[in-house]
Order: sequence, then structure tokens, then C-alpha cells
Amino acid sequence: MARGGEGPAPVRIVVAYGFWIFLLSDIIMFSALFATYAVLSGQTDGGPSAHKLFELRHVGIETLCLLFSSYTCGLGILAVGRGHMRGFYLCFALTFVLGAAFLGLELSEFVGMVAHGAGPSRSAFLSAFFSLVGLHGAHVTAGLTWLTFMVAQTAVRGPRDFVRRRLLCFSLFWHALDIIWVALLTLVYLMGAR
Amino acid sequence: MEEYAGQQGSTIEAGDEENESSGSIATYTAGLGFALLLTGTSFLVSQTNLLWAPGVPAGLAVLAIAQMGVHLVFFLHIGTGSDNTNNVLALAFGVLIVTLIVAGSLWIMANLNTNMLPASAIMEMQR
Repeated sequence: MARGGEGPAPVRIVVAYGFWIFLLSDIIMFSALFATYAVLSGQTDGGPSAHKLFELRHVGIETLCLLFSSYTCGLGILAVGRGHMRGFYLCFALTFVLGAAFLGLELSEFVGMVAHGAGPSRSAFLSAFFSLVGLHGAHVTAGLTWLTFMVAQTAVRGPRDFVRRRLLCFSLFWHALDIIWVALLTLVYLMGAR
Repeated sequence: MEEYAGQQGSTIEAGDEENESSGSIATYTAGLGFALLLTGTSFLVSQTNLLWAPGVPAGLAVLAIAQMGVHLVFFLHIGTGSDNTNNVLALAFGVLIVTLIVAGSLWIMANLNTNMLPASAIMEMQR
């Protein structure tokens, strides 16, 4: 599918490229917080350490929620591309439920930590932890809001080209959050819980 | 307004309908399978006592990078297609910046940490 001398690239390609640049800048912002966490992860100031705080079963369920929500999001994009609107709504509803479940689990973890005196003000390690994991959680919240708006827009305007481009951007955003979660899971939870 | 949007869709983006490089159900399912496999291995590796402990973080890092690759290829469709060259170049630049930020910060902070006098010695000097 060479596009050499065939004129400008289709709008969908250009839009996806621009959005990909945004995602990369977002990942670079996360990398600063990752570096901060890596530097500060040992500075517990006599407070609870990563080993004592993290529960891997809890984190495993969160990971599964996020992975399957990414999968259903991808299937939803395929469905809307083929005009299967019922499949699209089903897949995006599942994506929303799984994303909300992830967020609920994360919030309950945060609340439990703060209740046990391990809030963000306890030590440099915990400040870095809450900034990094909290920022990812904020992204998921933004993603869920965006998802709701996109489903409403698809319902009102129908699966037109511009709606489908926005859906494509949303799916890129959602998959990118999954990539950040993989790094977070490994650095913060798996290496921390050892 | 409605009319205009519809028209725009049909003229400017003609031929945009098919050949969407957004994969198929098989691609997504394969991606999910690989991702589950790699995540499961990561959890096992981090919990087991059978492996040489100092090597485990390196193993976890390799598994994580492999899984990020799986996500990029199967979910985000960053591949080798000719439409994709710009995306791959942007990704390479992003990876460069992320490496500089993370490795550079760790290097500088570790260096400072080893070269800095303990607080008690600084007090001693100020006397």
C-alpha cells in the first residue's frame, strides 16, 4: 500500500499520527514521574516500605481488568468499522465497566493505605508513589469520561467518518494507558513487593 | 450542518472506508493472549524463590519491555507498513527521550548520593 506519489495521506492516517505524537508526549511526562519514583522508592523515612504495603492479588485483578478493557475496546472499534452497532455498544459498555472496576480497586487501595497512616505525606517514597499511580488513575478517569461522551456522540450522530476517527483516537489513548500500566506494574508493584 | 458533515465525509475521505489497518479479531485475541502470558510470567517470576534473586529485576524488565512491544504491535498497530513509517520514527524519538530522562536521572542521583557527605560531616565542617 505505497502512498508515494498518490497525493496527501488520508485524514484518518494524519489524525492518528497527530494523536500518536500527543500520546508520546504524555508518555514522556510519565517518564519523569517514573524516574522520580525510581530515585525515591527506598526513601521511606522509617515509614512503611513497598514490601509491606502492596498486595499482589489485588494488583493482579486490576491488571486483568485493564487488559480485558483494552481488548473489548479494540473489538468495539472493529465492530463500528463493520457497522455492527450493537456489538460496538456492548464492547464499549464492557470497556467502561472494566475501567470503572480498575478505578474502584485502585481507589480502595489508596483509601486503605491512607487509613493505615501511609498517605502521600508520610515519606518521599509514598509521595512519589501517589503521584505516579494517581496520575495514571487520573488518566483512566479522563478516559472513562471521554468514552461516555464518545458513546453519546456515536448514538446521536451515527458512525460517521469523523466520529470513527475520534473513536480511533480514544482507543489509542486507552491502549497507551495499558502500556503505562505495564511499566507501572513492573517497577512499582512487582519489583516493590519482593 | 448535518448535510455538510456528511458531504465532507463522502468527498475528502473517499476510499478511507476499507483498508483500515486496525487489525482483526484474531490480532486482538493474539495480543491479549501474549499479554496475559507475559503478565502471568511476570507475577510468577516476582513471587518464586527458585530463581537467582539478583537476576529477577532484570528478568522483570525484559518481560515488561516484551509486553509493551506486544501492546504496540497488536493493539496500537505500530508495525512495518508504509503508512506507519512516521509513527515508528516518532516512537523511536519518544523512546530516546524517555531513556534519557529515566537513565539520566538515576545516574545523576546515584552519583550525588555516593559523593555527598553525610549530614553529620557537614555539621562538623560548619563548626
